[in-house]
Amino acid sequence: MLDYDVIIIGAGVTGSAIARELARYSLRTAVVEKEEDVCSGTSKANSAIVHAGFDAVPGTWKAKLNVEGNRMMERLSQDLDFPFKRNGSMVLCFSEEEKPGLEKLLERGKTNGVEGLQIITGDEAREMEPSLSDEVVYALHAPTGGIVCPFGLTIALAENAAENGVEFLFNRSVDRIENTGEGYAVHTSKGDLSAKYVVNAAGVYADRIHNMVSENKIKIIPRRGEYVLMDKEAGGLVSHTIFQLPGKLGKGVLVTPTVHGNLLVGPNAVDLDDKENTATTAEGLDEIRQKALKSVKGIPYHLTITSFAGLRAHEENDDFIIGEAEDAEGFFDAAGIESPGLSCAPALGKYAAEMIAAKAGADKKPDFKGTRKGFIRAAELDPEERGKLIREKPEYGNIICRCENISEGEIRDAIRRTPGAVSLDGIKRRVRQGMGRCQAGFCTPKAMNILAEELHVDIHTICKNREGSEFLKG
Amino acid sequence: MLYHDIVIIGGGPAGLAAAAAAKEAGISDILILERDEMLGGILNQCIHNGFGLHTFKEELTGPEYAQRYIDRVLEEKISYRLHSMVIDISRDRQVTYINREEGLVRLQAGAVILAMGCRERPRGALNIPGYRPAGIYSAGTAQRLMNIEGYMVGKEVVVLGSGDIGLIMARRMTLEGAVVKVVAELMPYSGGLKRNIVQCLDDYGIPLKLSHTVVDIHGKERVTGVTIAQVGADRKPVPGTEEYYSCDTLLLSCGLIPENELSRQAGLEMDRVTSGPVVGDDLETSVEGVFACGNVLHVHDLVDYVSEEAARAGRQAARFVREPRKKEEKQDALLKGENGVRYTIPQHLNVECMDEQTVVRFRVDNIYRNKSIVVYFDGKEAVRRKKRILAPGEMEQIILKKSAFSSCPDVKEIRICLED
Repeated sequence: MLDYDVIIIGAGVTGSAIARELARYSLRTAVVEKEEDVCSGTSKANSAIVHAGFDAVPGTWKAKLNVEGNRMMERLSQDLDFPFKRNGSMVLCFSEEEKPGLEKLLERGKTNGVEGLQIITGDEAREMEPSLSDEVVYALHAPTGGIVCPFGLTIALAENAAENGVEFLFNRSVDRIENTGEGYAVHTSKGDLSAKYVVNAAGVYADRIHNMVSENKIKIIPRRGEYVLMDKEAGGLVSHTIFQLPGKLGKGVLVTPTVHGNLLVGPNAVDLDDKENTATTAEGLDEIRQKALKSVKGIPYHLTITSFAGLRAHEENDDFIIGEAEDAEGFFDAAGIESPGLSCAPALGKYAAEMIAAKAGADKKPDFKGTRKGFIRAAELDPEERGKLIREKPEYGNIICRCENISEGEIRDAIRRTPGAVSLDGIKRRVRQGMGRCQAGFCTPKAMNILAEELHVDIHTICKNREGSEFLKG
Repeated sequence: MLYHDIVIIGGGPAGLAAAAAAKEAGISDILILERDEMLGGILNQCIHNGFGLHTFKEELTGPEYAQRYIDRVLEEKISYRLHSMVIDISRDRQVTYINREEGLVRLQAGAVILAMGCRERPRGALNIPGYRPAGIYSAGTAQRLMNIEGYMVGKEVVVLGSGDIGLIMARRMTLEGAVVKVVAELMPYSGGLKRNIVQCLDDYGIPLKLSHTVVDIHGKERVTGVTIAQVGADRKPVPGTEEYYSCDTLLLSCGLIPENELSRQAGLEMDRVTSGPVVGDDLETSVEGVFACGNVLHVHDLVDYVSEEAARAGRQAARFVREPRKKEEKQDALLKGENGVRYTIPQHLNVECMDEQTVVRFRVDNIYRNKSIVVYFDGKEAVRRKKRILAPGEMEQIILKKSAFSSCPDVKEIRICLED
């Protein structure tokens, strides 16, 4: 007997979305992840944007799934209780000559089914966004554009999948996949697993996974993007997500508020060979800082709290690869998921799950629970509710992270959930401990102690993220 | 609503000294709110000696220095709450805090003393490119892990920034068996005290590289090394000067920032240079009855000066409780730092109400030799004092006597500057 009906490789937003949708069916599903937690690759370091859907070439997967994913996001954010905001977006152009570029996007958007798109003048744009550059001549306004917490979305999907029976197996990298006739043997760093169907949602590693079973080789290029994140004090500079006209390598540098109220600037785009290279560079950070100033005046870079880099999983032919591999029955790809992958995730999860369920002839489970309760944000409660919460659960009265006002209760909740945090980055992504302006200077020792206590391990084994990132040494 | 004459936010050296002084000035109903698990603040992790030379004329460790004040607070039966985080201060001095036992409490204060201290500038704010592995600590975080929790954070260390905590930690880690390879400082001078450079680096043969900074951090999981380069006059790295240092730990000691979230929430007028509130000679902020002292006001070099300043805030808060006085009654002279003087504390002074003398503290923006600190009252020279050396790492002070104003009681501007 096979261990599972379906093994999904990769616990990013795509793998988690597929897992959550597959959980609707009577299938035994497992998610295998090489890192210690969900949301540890491309899903954790990106623009956190829910695109309206006017960029993608009509007829592509990107075009189809973006608009639908965008439409699904609001309902999903209510069902799964994660932060999402439809703040609207603008694409700027800085000369009369560039206007055809905006018109092309407008046409594409209309074809793709994006609602409410219109081209407005620079003055109209500045009326909505007073900090926009005086050089802006026209802007494409997309009221359906949004921002989301990518951690919140991915973790919510994974938790809801787990609650409906999906297993998550961490710290397992896939070394080899073998077609055994009755299904697939997936050889991992922690032993072999077997399943009838395999789903490849391995992000920048999706080519390696695909090429293990298929002769139709694919290539995923890690395309690095660097970002600068500023303090919440700067978050109000713009309310829309501000793009420039897209270039060859992507959508260009954007300026956006985050759903938590910070200001985010980035990314650039550099193609690399190394699938692990998430290092920022002085040149890259300078580049995005300069380019962003073309869009928005007076970006307060002195309020920078961190900078980071993420890798887009860019596929050579510039579209997602979705569906069963031609020469490997039962092996499904969700590969090349770069921007707008985050926006597409809800729709992609649904399509992929339907495809696999149809292949497997699986029925829907009657007891699927489609909702999930998010983390309590004690600091956002009104004083009376907060006092009541602390009386019932005193650990919510003990503040650990003073910048973001995160209590011991929230940190323990992050660890106790399934899948729960097992590293400090895992706690940070769930409840924002250490995400504030001191960047965990004060709360690191305290959070380490709580984590060691909850996991019943020696504090020397506590990691920032994956194995090898232990905090203590000596 | 619960009421206390004086509520002090923070039970570190500033809060404790303010409480003791307020009590001495006759106010008994005092409450100290401390967010950590014990009184004493950051002094508890400063286990090295060198504290108290001015205050007690002897050399104490941080915990010993703190204990002197804690003992006074206990003897005077001043009440305090631990694990208690203040989440809001209103302009009419309502203070809201939370803790496990009481939940959320709102109380009315006769006067409030802000004594929240400061925090360290994190890596992100320094814009150091490279990976984001484990092993990058602000010096104070590493100090807490070593001295309070009892854990070693690394074996091969590079320190960026020559602030006092970084210098102290270079020595501390060496004593615990780590190899500290180099201390790099962006500026052409150290940000720390001269005595710390001698006692923590020179005595242990740790090189200090001025005008150098970290330009790359290596290591995906844990730090494996850093690249250091020389910087030019524009503080930008000079190509070709890069040097690789293998290490597992990077300590950052690149400046302290007064922790004024509550002050900003309360709408206090802030000083862009100090990142602390604007205060008068009575250490009252722009909000009536709210006083500030210690590192939340401006970053000090020695705790002795924190205690002295906090005691002043305690006395003034006590006076405010006894005889509240309206803001608009005051006609203050404005203090201005110029020509090398980065800021002054206080920022304004009331000649009529001032004590017999007021200590004005400030920092300079560079190293200066054989200069005079000169004070002008409305353009007229009033005080001149020669200094052999002035350095950004050391806080300077000048004393203004009330009697000096007898000929100009209506002075509008007090200018402090450096001259040859």
